[in-house]
Amino acid sequence: MPLLNLTLKVWRQENANSEGRIETYEAKEIPTSASFLEMIDIVNERLIKDGQEPIHFDHDCREGICGMCSMTINGIPHSKERGITTCQLHMRKFSDGETIWIEPFRANAFPVVKDLVIDRSAFDRVIGAGGYISVRTGSAPDAHAIPIPKKDADAAFDAAACIGCGACVAACKNASAMLFVSAKASHLNHLPQGQVEKDQRVLGMVRQMDEEGFGNCTNQFECEAVCPKEISADHIAKLNRDYLVASARDATS
Amino acid sequence: MSASSCSLCAFVKSSIGRKIIVALTGLALVLFLAGHLTGNLLIYAGPDAFNEYAHFLHTFLHGMGVWIARIGLLVCLILHVWFTILLTKENKAARPKYAHDATVQAPKSSRMMIWSGLTILAFIVYHLLHFTIRIDSNLAKMGETSPWHMVIEGFQNPLVVIFYVIAMTLLCSHLSHGVASIFQTLGLRSKKTAGPIKFISKAYAGIVYLGFISIPLAVLLFGFGCEACK
Repeated sequence: MPLLNLTLKVWRQENANSEGRIETYEAKEIPTSASFLEMIDIVNERLIKDGQEPIHFDHDCREGICGMCSMTINGIPHSKERGITTCQLHMRKFSDGETIWIEPFRANAFPVVKDLVIDRSAFDRVIGAGGYISVRTGSAPDAHAIPIPKKDADAAFDAAACIGCGACVAACKNASAMLFVSAKASHLNHLPQGQVEKDQRVLGMVRQMDEEGFGNCTNQFECEAVCPKEISADHIAKLNRDYLVASARDATS
Repeated sequence: MSASSCSLCAFVKSSIGRKIIVALTGLALVLFLAGHLTGNLLIYAGPDAFNEYAHFLHTFLHGMGVWIARIGLLVCLILHVWFTILLTKENKAARPKYAHDATVQAPKSSRMMIWSGLTILAFIVYHLLHFTIRIDSNLAKMGETSPWHMVIEGFQNPLVVIFYVIAMTLLCSHLSHGVASIFQTLGLRSKKTAGPIKFISKAYAGIVYLGFISIPLAVLLFGFGCEACK
């Protein structure tokens, strides 16, 4: 099996209040079949063996659905490969002797907890401000109980694919959360169940987004380019439209 | 405070609300450019047509028309610049720097909007001093009798022409991202319209660019109207 010898430039930061710095590590004899996270696991095992502090990073499912593995690889969240999360990235995408820069997702709204681990609870507060529908809980309703046009169901599903990883914020030149917020709002705004609270949802989620200190969208679409679920910036246009309508209705009612 | 004025406050304070203001004022300025260019191109139709057009602008609605337009445009310009500076400052504050930064697909024009915009602002000030307020007494005298001859004379200086061309190049860059952004911010972009919007934005920027730079270049490089001005 071919083995890679790599140089890693990794962001190390003690805690939220300390200054971080880039540290250099040699990652020797990394199998090309390893995933990117497995590569860091190998490096960490060696660090631990040498009595050093391992590189802290977030991970959970390791199959591209949880959105925990937040890291920027050579300046691009989840690496330059399209439509994947970091855990789905394989070392065969790199070549022997390469230098790889690994940094946390950078946004003031996502403070660094330690090394590559960031606090994304700002997203949870945005969801809490309107990313839900108020319905009787209980067993799931029959799928055909509410007829939904195929087009709307598909659009809602595309938006619902968002795993809330935060890559859109990390890639945005302004650390704007518009792709995340628009996907979450668009998911419910496309469906009949979401209509009752639509205006309240849009106004509430946008207000919370602004309060969290995310930047403003400048329509550069870096977000959609790095989104592991390839969510389209068309949802942002829909959020802008829905916000305009909601504000107008709010002002006149 | 009534409920409606509160909603308006919230709108103006929100990121999307501010962007919509920038988009609408931008749209007004973009449409102004089309009118301005069409009028300017009359220069090629000769002194009579151009001067008659200038006379029409200054006498339209008993001379009120030009002032209504000027005040409207000034308000749009101030709002556009004010809110973009505000948004840009927030954007810079929201994003700590990467040690190793990269860009996937954002074009250069979109990343220098504030700088192209501020250069255009400086150009507008210069352009108004040059041809509207006319700080040059020679041009001011010509402007009274024949605006056509004033323009030809005004573009005899290569430095002036170079500044005009640089400013128009940045205007072209600003429009190529700005026009498409108007559609996105107003929520008019979708899978179906994305392609045409991109095309319209680039085409509009190109037409405005070529149209505006053609005049100083025709005067300076090809001696357009020069026999007449001497």
